[in-house]
Amino acid sequence: MLTSAALVLMMTGPGLALFYGGLVRRKNVLATMMQSFAMMCIVSVLWAIVTYSLAFGPGNSFIGGFHYLFLHHVGLLPDPDYGATVPAQTYMIYQLMFAIITPALICGAFAERMKFSAMCLFLTLWTILVYSPMAHMVWGKGGFLNAALGGRVPCLDFAGGTVVHITSGVSALVCALYMGKRVGYPKEPSPPHSVVLSFIGACMLWVGWFGFNAGSAVAANGLATSAFVNTHFATAAAAISWSIAEWIRNGKPSALGAISGAVAGLVAITPASGFVQPMSALVIGAVAGAFCYLMVTKVKSWFGYDDSLDAFGVHGAGGTIGAILTGFFASSAINPIFGAGKATGAIDGNWHQVLNQLVGVAIAWGLSIVGTLVLLKLVDMTIGLRVTREEEIEGLDVTQHGEEGYDFAS
Amino acid sequence: MQKIEAVIQPSKLDAVKDALLEVGIEGMTILEARGHGRQKGHTEFYRGREYTVDLLPKIKIELVVRDEMADKAVQAILSSARTGKIGDGKIFISKIDDAIRIRNDERGPSAL
Repeated sequence: MLTSAALVLMMTGPGLALFYGGLVRRKNVLATMMQSFAMMCIVSVLWAIVTYSLAFGPGNSFIGGFHYLFLHHVGLLPDPDYGATVPAQTYMIYQLMFAIITPALICGAFAERMKFSAMCLFLTLWTILVYSPMAHMVWGKGGFLNAALGGRVPCLDFAGGTVVHITSGVSALVCALYMGKRVGYPKEPSPPHSVVLSFIGACMLWVGWFGFNAGSAVAANGLATSAFVNTHFATAAAAISWSIAEWIRNGKPSALGAISGAVAGLVAITPASGFVQPMSALVIGAVAGAFCYLMVTKVKSWFGYDDSLDAFGVHGAGGTIGAILTGFFASSAINPIFGAGKATGAIDGNWHQVLNQLVGVAIAWGLSIVGTLVLLKLVDMTIGLRVTREEEIEGLDVTQHGEEGYDFAS
Repeated sequence: MQKIEAVIQPSKLDAVKDALLEVGIEGMTILEARGHGRQKGHTEFYRGREYTVDLLPKIKIELVVRDEMADKAVQAILSSARTGKIGDGKIFISKIDDAIRIRNDERGPSAL
């Protein structure tokens, strides 16, 4: 579990930092990486003080309380509800890594144009007001959507398709729409300054994701193996699927396309990883690769929003389709979560589960949209969200952080 | 004294340097440049967006030579840089007013 936690942290730093950093222009590379790093720091402190309690503490169906404030009662003995075989703090630190990467993903939508101060404030509030309730509803004891611990509407989300990817992806879309396009978008080209960095980051995401999905079994057992295996196969299928789509449409399969497809597969398999058969994982991956490709290429240009790094196109869309497909493919042969012999997903005959998934998806979308809009407005009215036009043209590395990513002259 | 500026294909740099050395020219400045004449660029795709890249990498060589060396230098560049295709580059020649060696303040053609 500790190793899994470390792997998930590595997904943010340097995985996501590199993946996003390579996609922006050179003048914004450090600012982009700094956004991920800032989340590693700020969310960690918040978690220790209050957000672990809000997410996993006893409370009502929608939010925890303050029982675990300052990590009181979170010691080295296992908590029977959260990983009965590992210390409570192990579970806490593992969950923290998820809380870190979720807001970091949103940064992809407003890359290259948000003030660092505004980002810190906005994402701090977002972690408290959007992430914590969503995590509580799906994973917290008594949570409205908790499939394992008595939720009213059991939504199957093994490792965070709704909690992490839909919330971050949809919030990202709201940010992109609210903040508006970058200067010069879409007429002026702003190609990635280093697909090499993005490639390295994406490979780290793939490896790290084994901690994200397999670790969510909270045990070294057969279920962890299922999650690991499903994660791997879905990713491979998705990368191929995106590449084929690209090969047909552009005549050449690109490296950026292949790694983007892989990330789409990783996202889509996340809710399904501990519930489906390996062949289902291949199907989920293949569907996600093609679906996200269309979202990122066609749908984005139809609507014209500037989701700079495709946080919505990959995480929002991939998470949504993954969560829905989980309802279809969840098999009690892999994970009898509703009880021995009870049908899990549609494939077992429980078609109602697809409806439950849709409820979970709808709640994730709704909470993200409302919460993000309110918080964006609040931060905008107090300190302002966007850098000035001149600052945006000069670049965020120099204007927000007083440094340059590369100094070729020295 | 003449200034010779040659914009050439990057892949021809080694051949041109060797050819200039062979005719006795040792001093030159090499710059990495981007540009195009009649050469078309190419398109690249990033996440479904098409980018036209028409500023192509070039190498620019600058030499200042004595008048009597100018023809030899130009011939050396022409023979080593030419492929016969569009994109080979161009040579420009201009007159230089003076040249000064920084080390010892030597001026004129002997400073070259």
